[in-house]
Amino acid sequence: MGHMIRNEPSLSLHIPQPKCRPGDRVDFSTLDLPAAGEARRPDVDTHPDEMHDMAYGLIRVLDDEGRAVGPWDPKLDGQTLRKGLRNMLLTRIFDDRMYRAQRQGKTSFYMKCTGEEAISCAQSLVLHHDDMCFPTYRQQGMLISRGYPIVDMMNQIYNNARDPLKGHQLPILYSARDYGFFTISGNLGTQFPQAVGWAMASAYKGDSRIASAYIGDGSTATMDFHHALTFAAVYRAPVLLNIVNNQWAISSFQGIAGGEATTFAARAIGYGLPALRVDGNDFLAVHAATEWAAERARSNRGATVIEFYTYRVAGHSTSDDPSKYRPADEAEKWPLGDPIERLKQHLIVRGEWSQEDHQALEAELDAEVRAAAKEAESIGTLGKSMPSPKAIFEHVFKEPDWRHIRQRQEAGI
Amino acid sequence: MAKKTYRQAISEALFHEMRRDERVIVMGEDVAGGQGGTGQIDAYGGVLGVTKGLIGEFGPERVIDTPITESAIMGAAAGAATQGLRPVAELMFVDFLGVCFDQIYNQAAKFRYMFGGKAVTPLVIRTMIGGGLRAAAQHSQTLYSIFTHIPGLKVVVPSNAYDAKGLLIQAIRDDDPVIFCEHKLLYDTEADVPDEAYTIPFGEAEFTREGDDVTIVAFSRMVHLANQVADKLAKDGIEVEVVDPRTTSPLDEDSIIESVENTGRLVIVDEAPPRCSMAGDIAGLVAREAFGALKAPIEAVTCPHTPVPFSPALEDLYIPSAEKIEAAVRKVMEYKP
Repeated sequence: MGHMIRNEPSLSLHIPQPKCRPGDRVDFSTLDLPAAGEARRPDVDTHPDEMHDMAYGLIRVLDDEGRAVGPWDPKLDGQTLRKGLRNMLLTRIFDDRMYRAQRQGKTSFYMKCTGEEAISCAQSLVLHHDDMCFPTYRQQGMLISRGYPIVDMMNQIYNNARDPLKGHQLPILYSARDYGFFTISGNLGTQFPQAVGWAMASAYKGDSRIASAYIGDGSTATMDFHHALTFAAVYRAPVLLNIVNNQWAISSFQGIAGGEATTFAARAIGYGLPALRVDGNDFLAVHAATEWAAERARSNRGATVIEFYTYRVAGHSTSDDPSKYRPADEAEKWPLGDPIERLKQHLIVRGEWSQEDHQALEAELDAEVRAAAKEAESIGTLGKSMPSPKAIFEHVFKEPDWRHIRQRQEAGI
Repeated sequence: MAKKTYRQAISEALFHEMRRDERVIVMGEDVAGGQGGTGQIDAYGGVLGVTKGLIGEFGPERVIDTPITESAIMGAAAGAATQGLRPVAELMFVDFLGVCFDQIYNQAAKFRYMFGGKAVTPLVIRTMIGGGLRAAAQHSQTLYSIFTHIPGLKVVVPSNAYDAKGLLIQAIRDDDPVIFCEHKLLYDTEADVPDEAYTIPFGEAEFTREGDDVTIVAFSRMVHLANQVADKLAKDGIEVEVVDPRTTSPLDEDSIIESVENTGRLVIVDEAPPRCSMAGDIAGLVAREAFGALKAPIEAVTCPHTPVPFSPALEDLYIPSAEKIEAAVRKVMEYKP
């Protein structure tokens, strides 16, 4: 390397490191967490330039005592909140059972959304059932909230003869067009531009439906994220661009994704898009921010980027052990708590819920999940029942290609 | 000589070259993982543990965990290579090629050509190929033929631990971009692997079985199935020669032609859909160069022209099997003009 030696300091490379690794004492003391109720609520027609501060703050409604405070309080009735609580709880119980099913060899793979239930469950109460969601593999709460039969989710997870996707897709990569649930992609970030395109088509057709896309903190590094923001800004697409910042991308902490020097919400500023940064474990804050962005989209004011600040309590999937790369007690020390516990506390403070009600609901949902699992298992778990081998050759094109028919015949199926 | 797994062989090659040459760096998603902790240094080391242990010896500046953006990983690796480093960039699953191919085929592969011969791009891209892990349509493909199509890229498809180590060291020392395709189902397979560093030149096929009746050309994991079939048919008096090209670009055309000129029969086994594939490529080669020697039409055992299914039962029917290879061999043996 024959370059000229100059009297200048030698360059050095910066590699972000997480604050705590296994064996370290968990320390979240340096997180800048504004108090509940502190964030202002701009009007939905605010110009993006006039709300840059929102990308660095944190919208929080529920305070430490479980009271709803500040201008973002969506003022929801008890019935709506109980519905949200039920959906979150059902999602968690479903996850726990399917996680165990994987450990028991009933399926090959599972991914939980523990700790992140408020995001999809609160959003599903705001969005219309025919608004199209472009989920990642941690928005099963959206599908559950929209009333998709959990037994069909299990049939796919068990890859049995009633697998709705006939063995084509991974156990948890659902697809439910009738429930406004776009196919989940195993490859990351791809939903963002697709959602923008879907929303542009909705605008082009003079439709009233909007789109809602999800991406993880890690995947904001993908090209697709940035291209999507450009398109969304240029065409003022009616879409919600949700970033679920759960702190971890498999074993890489959010600093590796570019979260060290700024927020993920602040990515929006350079594209001229409005951004909101929201406590993702606060059901009311998620609901209120989603309402704001949905109203903005429905009134032709375009896209909003929302960063949901949360914590991935479980491993990335059943294929990794998070205690190998982060302190085992990091999740329980997360300063923004658990979304189910916080909404439960709020309902109790309001006098619209009790510990007994909660236990009864847990028992009811547990029975519901058990019954669905029993039904799905009666058809068969992985390897005990299977989709038709003919499915290998189906859904490649609209009309079966003659070569596929010949290949199928040659294969003897 | 010690038995080592394919995974260990690849790891050893990386250790050897990183110790030998400080310009060698590793970069990719989750390749380090878990570093810096007091309890569990380098606990993760990639989704299938291939780069485990590197961070402890070489540190986070040479074992770089990257953001999830294959385009920037490949672009940055190509850029760093032109600065004199020898990056080994990981494309976790070859299926992610779609989001970074421009940096590979329009950029790194053409730097030397477009820069008047002034650019040197000693870049290695390690990537996982193949089905069998029940990883479905977007994580199970075998896309080496796409790279093979591009002038300026060298493409390596090791079928065993011994070859994996020697070919990876060769790849790291090579001054042009090399795509190194690791089959997921081979990581735990074992072979005799020397402790010391050694290289295997590109473009030299290995004859894993010798025989005079039928030539099987197979790649990567399919070589093992071909060997099984050869061993089985030997008991029935059918002598199968198995040719493992080891690299698809450059391709050892001479060895393939020489074998077919001797046997007169060819079966190609390629774990990929049949169109524009290595199977088609080699069939074309033999039809052009050894037509006169053929005693039977060429047979190809491939996947159907459909995406890879998730369902284990369906995937087992999808991927070429020993039974299908045996049937193809018997078919060319029984052919009557």
